[in-house]
Formats: sequence, C-alpha cells, structure tokens
Amino acid sequence: MGKGGAITALIIVMILLASVFAPLLSPHGPDAIDLDSLKMSPGAAHPFGTDQKGRDVLTRVLYGGRISIGVAMVAAFVSMSIGLMLGLVSGYFGGRLDTAAMALVDLVLSFPSLLLAIGISIILPPGIYTVMIAIAAVGWASFARLIRGHVLSLREEPFVDAARALGCSPARILLVHLLPQCIPLSLVIMGLKIGGFILTEASLSFLGLGAQPPTASWGSMVSAGRSYIVVAPWMVLFPGLAIAVTALCFNLLGDALQERFGLKKIQA
Amino acid sequence: MVGERASPETIQRIRKQMGGEKGVIEQYAGYLGLLARGEFGRSYYTNRRVADDLTAKFPNTMMLAAGAMLLAIPIGIALGFAAALRRGSLIDRLITTVSVIGISVPVFWSGLLLMLVVSFYLKLLPPSGTGELRFLVLPAVTLALPAVATLARVTRTTVIDILDMPFLQAVRAKGLAPWRVNMVHVLRNALIPIITIIGLDFGSYLNGAVLTETIFGWDGIGRYAMEGIIRRDYPVVMGTIIVGTSVFVLINLSVDIIYHWLDPRVRLHKKGA
Repeated sequence: MGKGGAITALIIVMILLASVFAPLLSPHGPDAIDLDSLKMSPGAAHPFGTDQKGRDVLTRVLYGGRISIGVAMVAAFVSMSIGLMLGLVSGYFGGRLDTAAMALVDLVLSFPSLLLAIGISIILPPGIYTVMIAIAAVGWASFARLIRGHVLSLREEPFVDAARALGCSPARILLVHLLPQCIPLSLVIMGLKIGGFILTEASLSFLGLGAQPPTASWGSMVSAGRSYIVVAPWMVLFPGLAIAVTALCFNLLGDALQERFGLKKIQA
Repeated sequence: MVGERASPETIQRIRKQMGGEKGVIEQYAGYLGLLARGEFGRSYYTNRRVADDLTAKFPNTMMLAAGAMLLAIPIGIALGFAAALRRGSLIDRLITTVSVIGISVPVFWSGLLLMLVVSFYLKLLPPSGTGELRFLVLPAVTLALPAVATLARVTRTTVIDILDMPFLQAVRAKGLAPWRVNMVHVLRNALIPIITIIGLDFGSYLNGAVLTETIFGWDGIGRYAMEGIIRRDYPVVMGTIIVGTSVFVLINLSVDIIYHWLDPRVRLHKKGA
C-alpha cells in the first residue's frame, strides 16, 4: 500500500481510538454544562474552547467522532452488504432479474444523493438510525453496480464451470466460490466511499436531521456554532476540522487502496 | 399549523381540508394528480403555492450554480491538465494533494470560514443577501471549491491515460508542435469523461446549494428546502426534491446528447441491440 497509505491508516486508527477512549482522555463530560465558563476561547483548561453552554469543545469533538464515524461505518457496511448480495445474484443469474436490478441502481443514481437522503430522512423521525438508513439507501447502488461488473467477468472463469460440473448448487457457487473473490473489491469500494459517507452524515446532521441535542455529532456542532461564529469561531472551527481531517484520511486511504489493487478510477 | 390550543373541531376541519381522512393510496393519487397539472400544493406554513415559490427562487439557484460552474470548470480542467503534463513533479504532487483536500472539506464548514474571514475580519463582502454580484461571490466560491477538486482529479487521470496512447506518437511524429498536440488532440479526447463528470457533478451543486444557500442567505430553492425541512413542511420539501432531481436528470440527458456530437463513435441508437 506504500508509505502514504500506511501513514493515513495509522492516523485513522488514532482518530478511532481517540473517540472510543474519549472518557479516559478528557476530564469533562460531553454534556456537562458549566455556566461559569461560557464561550471561553481555547486555553490550557479547554484546548478547543467551550461552547454557549460552557461545554468543553474538545470533549464534544471526541465524543462526536463516535457518532459521525460510527454512523458512516455502519452505513458503509450496510451499503456493502446490500450491494454485494444484489451484485452477486444479478451478475451471476443475469436475465430479467439483472435488468430489473440495474434499472433500480440507475434510478437511485439518477437522484442528487443528498437530496434523496434528505427526502428519506424527513419521512422518519430525526436521529442517527434515520441517517444510517438514508445514507445506506443511497449508497448501496454504486456497490451493486461495481460488484455486478466484477461477477460478470468472474462468471466466465473456468473454476466456475468446474464447480458447476462437480454439481455445486447455484447457492454454493455464489457463497463459497464467488463471494470470497468479491471481498477485496468490496473493501476497496468501501474505502473509497466512506469519506463521502462521513461528509453526508455531517451534512445531514448540520441540517438538523441527524443526532438530536444534546448528543454531539460533528455536523450538529458546526450548525450550533453558526450563531456564535463571530464571538466564538472555535465552536465552528474544530468540529469542522475533525470532519475534514477524517474524510481526508479515508479519501487518501481509498486512493492508496485503489492504486495498490490496480483498479481504474471508480466513479459514480 | 393550528397552534397548541386549537380546538378539536378546528383540527378536524383542517384534517378534512387536507384530505387526511382519505387512505394513503388516495392521497398519493391526489398528489400525482397535482403534479400532472404542474402543481405542488400549498405550503403548510405560509399557505403560498409551492409552484409559485419555486418559480421565483429557481432562477437564483441556477445563477448560483452557473457562477460556481464558471469558476470551477476552467480552473479545474486547467489544474488537472497541468498536473498530468508534469506528472510526478512538485506541481503535480501539490495539485493532487490540494484536490484530495478539496473533496474532503464539507462545504458548510468552508463556507462559514470564508464568511468569517472575508465578511467579518476583512469586511470585504457582505455575509448574506440575494441577487447582486457582491452577494453571489462567497456562495459561488464555496460551491466551486469541491467542484474544482473533483474536476482536477478526473482531468488528471483522463489526460494521463490519453498521453499513453499510441496515436499521440503518430501525431508527434508528424511534426506537430507540442502545444498543438496538447491543445487539439489530448484535450479533445479528454473532454468526454470530463463532460460526464460535469454532468454528474451537477448533482453536487444541487446538494451543495442546500447548504451554501442556507449559510449565505441566498434565496434559492436550496434554502427553501432547508426551511421546509426545519418546519416539516412536506409540500415544500417534496417540491424542491422533485424539481432538483428533474433538473439533474435533464442535465445528464443533455450530456448524453453532447457525447454524440463530440464523439461520433457513440451511437444513441444501437441497431439490433
């Protein structure tokens, strides 16, 4: 994966550990209101400052990472599972099923993704599960299309004929012979997509459709800081920086994976 | 809609007015009927016709998108081209790095930071407003940032692919000046994937418009959608999503038509297939 990829992977692990072990790293609670220290600028006691309720911004950024990265990862995993299943079945069996599945993929991809996600999230009550569903409902489509393409080429390989000649059932061919061959590609697509998922999660939370107050998520922290941008710019600066750095690391990791596996640029 | 102290009779009356007593399928059929007549119903909140509001605000969003595209397309293509031609150089590495950063930064954050620096610290441009050029600059720049990055990345990969193709050796052997080779032969062949991305990326202008219009108080359909979301004003949200999606589909349809004109190898109708 090269030096760059290894370094970004390391930074991602550090970001993940920091948000998982947030309670050990910070003396403050994420929702602890302290009326004696409202909107304090960054200093020794509060390295990222405090917000309009005197809550420590660094602590909230650490805890917010659990929501923001967690939601994006669950959404990515669900998207991958749906895309993998549909891509396998659709690519292997072909025919009408394939036509119908790909028409559905085209349908989903023909929406601007955030608008579709907004449309889905307003039907459901706002919260992190809604955001997961909204991201996955849009995200599965590109997984399905790419996996299907891969299965189409695998289907012609002699080992599939051999399996069939040995009397394997289609289910066995799909699960035992084809599925493992699709896992590396799925992981690469996941690496490429997760940066975008983090941004979508942040945008939906920014719009107020994600985690509800007082729970901290990066997008909602930026949104809350908007009203205080002139007097307390750190309330916007640090959570946004957390989104940007995390998305950047995942995007760099995605690029590195793509180069490592010699895939052509994966778009859509 | 009716306030917390509304009498049960009022609630009953409004429910009947809005068709809440009918079944789901009947309500849906009613909405489709409205759409067929070019109507989106009325806002729950202001009772204005959503179609009127959309007609009034749509040109503003298109103006913002056009402003962002005017910035993003030339800059993005130029950066990607420059990076590809000097592949592996310092310039290439710089442009590649900046463009990965560009696709990773959320627009609502870069927009707020731009506003903070340009409007509040430097006091160069007003933080929010609609219509005039001085209000347009900040949201257009914000919206253009990720678009420049995406275009630069795609242009770079496409041009690198083309530079490796044998026909270029033939063109060079013919004795054409290097700038002619680059400008005429490479650029023309690179245009197809670039235009695809411009079309697909139009979706991200619409996505970004919801965020940037809200931040900069630009009175377009993006901010309208955001207001609708906050108030749970479903006719407004539905209307904006339908209009936004239709525009996106139309743009991609025109991209398909432009292909045919750019590259005669692409056939719109396949015979026998």
